[in-house]
Amino acid sequence: MPLIIVTGAVVGALSVLLVLSGNPANMGVCVACFLRDIAGSLGLHRAGVVQYLRPEIAGFVLGSFGIALAKKEFKVTGGSSPVIRFLLGIFVMIGALVFLGCPLRMVLRLAAGDLNAVVGLLGFTAGIFIGIQFLKRGFSLGRSYEQVKANGYILPALAVLMVIAALVRPSFLFFSSKGPGAAAAPVLLSLAVGLIVGALAQRSRLCMVGGIRDAILVKDYYLISGFASIFVVAFLGNLLFGQFNLGFAGQPIAHTDGLWNFLGMLLAGWGSVLLGGCPLRQLILAGEGNLDSVITVFGLLVGAAIAHNFGLAASPAGVPAAGKVAVLIGLVVMAAVGTLSRPVIVGKPSARSTAVSA
Amino acid sequence: MAKVVDARGLSCPEPILLTKEAMNEVGSGSFEVLVDNQTQCFNVIRICKSSGWNAQVTPEGSDFRITVSK
Repeated sequence: MPLIIVTGAVVGALSVLLVLSGNPANMGVCVACFLRDIAGSLGLHRAGVVQYLRPEIAGFVLGSFGIALAKKEFKVTGGSSPVIRFLLGIFVMIGALVFLGCPLRMVLRLAAGDLNAVVGLLGFTAGIFIGIQFLKRGFSLGRSYEQVKANGYILPALAVLMVIAALVRPSFLFFSSKGPGAAAAPVLLSLAVGLIVGALAQRSRLCMVGGIRDAILVKDYYLISGFASIFVVAFLGNLLFGQFNLGFAGQPIAHTDGLWNFLGMLLAGWGSVLLGGCPLRQLILAGEGNLDSVITVFGLLVGAAIAHNFGLAASPAGVPAAGKVAVLIGLVVMAAVGTLSRPVIVGKPSARSTAVSA
Repeated sequence: MAKVVDARGLSCPEPILLTKEAMNEVGSGSFEVLVDNQTQCFNVIRICKSSGWNAQVTPEGSDFRITVSK
């Protein structure tokens, strides 16, 4: 069986396991929600119900780092528009927190019968389609180059510290006592899942945005087969363990505002295409030495802090007005970045390679 | 001299877009694609195979030179 299908199946199965072991419902894994929880634990925002140092995130980085080292794929590169990537990271997070989930959680929500995620998927696909139009017109964030190797060890080192802190729970960090932030599988189980998924995702290059993007853009169905595999296995797991509940209303950690589910994921999808990968993929790339992805992850963290400090994030009660405004601003930012980040002559993508290096 | 597509340091999916474009431009015959990591190497090879082109990889330092031909 192709590794991408195996990876998807493992992600689907382990996500169901994590929910059964204590993670929030339909949130076995969610890169956006978990980075948001980490931002909260560090005190970057003070939303008391979403503060926890999710060890899954550390596991993704360390699993990717370890396997990349072992396979001699660890290569420290950077310099491809880090500031733009930071900005895109902020808005991808805001879009995801208006929908309430990263693209991976969107698939897990679908697999649990949450029909709001169908609306999210339509928005996500629309965002990817729009992003592709920019790619076709020559959008590029430019080249990355090899950098000083020590840079590549910083995020993995922080991930190790995070795991230790999650075990020790020092008093200067914040840990939710109620709400989704308090719902968590045991630390070592979360870490183990993270490591396994991180390593498999590094090998198979699993990417939620890449799946739909490549299917539309070049009719390449490699990555989308991983996406489909996550859905099928999580769906079967949810059926098996009685976690499947079809409908729009009353879904866990979700709201029913269709327009903003659509637009939130449209923003996340569009931003992820411009970044070249979904939030999970950014963590994996960050682990294998891609410094631009490290910066993107920091952008995602700051985006989560902004989303909660300024009341932009949705809740089961719905999407606050400020969150809607932020999504609209995000769409304008995507259009601006997509239009301006073009080191080539408009309409002549063939100039992409030469002009970028000039 | 054969056409060389320098896709080093570019994010997904730019290397495959450039490869596709070179296929259309060249029509038949051969050209080379330079990439700087395994992921892009793997992507370019996959696109070549699915488009009916042959791809041969030669590691070059920490980069990869892929000879694409039909």
